[in-house]
Amino acid sequence: MSGRPIATLTISLLAGSAALAAPSPEPAEVSASAAAAAHAPGGGASLDYWSMLFVFMLATFIGIGVIRRVSRLLHTPLMSLTNAISAIAVVGSIIVTGSDHPLRIRILGAIALFASMTNIVSGFLITDRMLKMFKGDGGRR
Amino acid sequence: MIETLTQLSYVVATALFILALHWMNDPRTARRGVYAGVAAMLIAVLATWAQPQIIVHHLWILLAIAAGFIVGWPLSRVPLTAVPQRTALSHSFGGLAAGLVGAAEYFLWRTEAPANLTPFRTTAIVAEIILGFLTFTGSLMAAGKLQEVRWIPQRPVTFPLQNVVNIGLLVLAVALGAGLVLHPAAIWSATVFLVIIGLALAFGVLLIIPIGGADMPTVISILNSYAGLSAVAMGFVLDNKLLITAGALDGSSGLILSIIMCKAMNRSFTNVLFGAFGKVEAPKAGGAQKVYKTETIEGAAQVLEQASLVVIVPGYGMAVAQAQHKVRELYDQLKKRGITVKFAIHPVAGRMPGHMNVLLAEADIPYTDLVEMDEINPDMPQCDVALVIGANDVVNPAARTEKGSPIYGMPIIDADKARTVFAIKRSKNPGFAGIDNELYYSDKTWMLFGDAKAVVGELVKQLSGGSGMH
Repeated sequence: MSGRPIATLTISLLAGSAALAAPSPEPAEVSASAAAAAHAPGGGASLDYWSMLFVFMLATFIGIGVIRRVSRLLHTPLMSLTNAISAIAVVGSIIVTGSDHPLRIRILGAIALFASMTNIVSGFLITDRMLKMFKGDGGRR
Repeated sequence: MIETLTQLSYVVATALFILALHWMNDPRTARRGVYAGVAAMLIAVLATWAQPQIIVHHLWILLAIAAGFIVGWPLSRVPLTAVPQRTALSHSFGGLAAGLVGAAEYFLWRTEAPANLTPFRTTAIVAEIILGFLTFTGSLMAAGKLQEVRWIPQRPVTFPLQNVVNIGLLVLAVALGAGLVLHPAAIWSATVFLVIIGLALAFGVLLIIPIGGADMPTVISILNSYAGLSAVAMGFVLDNKLLITAGALDGSSGLILSIIMCKAMNRSFTNVLFGAFGKVEAPKAGGAQKVYKTETIEGAAQVLEQASLVVIVPGYGMAVAQAQHKVRELYDQLKKRGITVKFAIHPVAGRMPGHMNVLLAEADIPYTDLVEMDEINPDMPQCDVALVIGANDVVNPAARTEKGSPIYGMPIIDADKARTVFAIKRSKNPGFAGIDNELYYSDKTWMLFGDAKAVVGELVKQLSGGSGMH
């Protein structure tokens, strides 16, 4: 169906955004990023916020394109699936919890990690549980 | 080297997330989407965990993950009628996680590396905590309303100058945030930061209390979008493009669902959030006393047996009564007689997008018989019997005719165009929106009062026993 062009478009956009994301330190940022290097979360990558805004914009349009094609039958499972996907905040929580930070910072991180993990586990499991129930005419019995 | 591998894994995870959503376009490939999502999440977690700065505290990570499993597993086993509350609860967890990580990063950098708090990052942190914490309390309130927790009022709560107070709080939080961006590490900044968190928490509560049950599908979708956007903000703070893409996918999903919900009710975003829908209107004075016609189970069963096309219109009442399995038995009885049975699904039927589809699928009704409103409406004049089970506003003809009605202009399922209408209703009270329904007084409508599960059960008994009488 119309699935192929979207996948191709997606992949080419991704390649484009990856290229944009390549580190390109701007002179004005150098002093700040040098000072920040010790704690910078991206492992010392420069703060290239224009490419981040690009990625955000492109991802939003890809999201709109893909979600609009989702079957209306599946809007409830779609919401629980995107719930689980947005628990990608787990990435930030792991960085905060596992690094050598003061105790109170790590406690905040651990609570966040617990909350995201709950969403990942329950989100994916309940989505699959619901999708298993959708049966076509032939699938019954 | 590790950095390269990490970025590469993030790119793969992003592609898998997009594919996961792409496969949701058809029920036949949808489960593949879940597997792609799980794989992407696993890759993302492992790639992050392998980063060199995470040298210590592996035990902390393990314990938090284990706790997540312990709470997450039972949450995935809730009955399907409780899925709206579970979804709202998980939005609140998502908001909480984003808010806490934002707060942790801010306090860490404030004391240890103020140079990290560039205007761009501080702006992102402020956006992250406002969105995160308002989603946290807002979704908790929504979950409480859906679960009908006793101390949370079900009916919309309104007070004078409500919108002024709400918007004022938000404007204040944003203004304080702007101050923080200008002076991220001033002596007073920690206090201001905590005040912003407090304002966001309060705003989340105030945003949800004026909202009634009929608006829940829209509100849940909007909160879904906020949870995604707070993850995006976290991505900006941590310079992490995987967070930005995955958050943006979630954000756009919530956005599209809320647009669909708003269209299905002919209302705008602002109207849903600030309109306090569901306020009980003062009953119109005067007017003739209108009477319902009731029908016996036996009579209704006979009419159903004579039909060739039966359209069932389910609503929230079916979910409340847990009647979906009995409905399935009725479906089987009618099918056995060669009667065509279709289900007419209104986009806002129930308490979240797609709620009815999931319940009917649980009862093993093939999804090919679940028909969207726009597709079923042209067939309604050929329909012999429309059986309305616990739906009210979505079949109310006032939406077409009465300009003064709060639901005026909302697209409805044309149940009134069927030759005969049976409506199963728990009580004689008006529906959630507090609006009287003309359909129930129509010449061709007969009411079956009672609990949806009990009434449908009686119909099934009548139909299965009745065949012996011939």
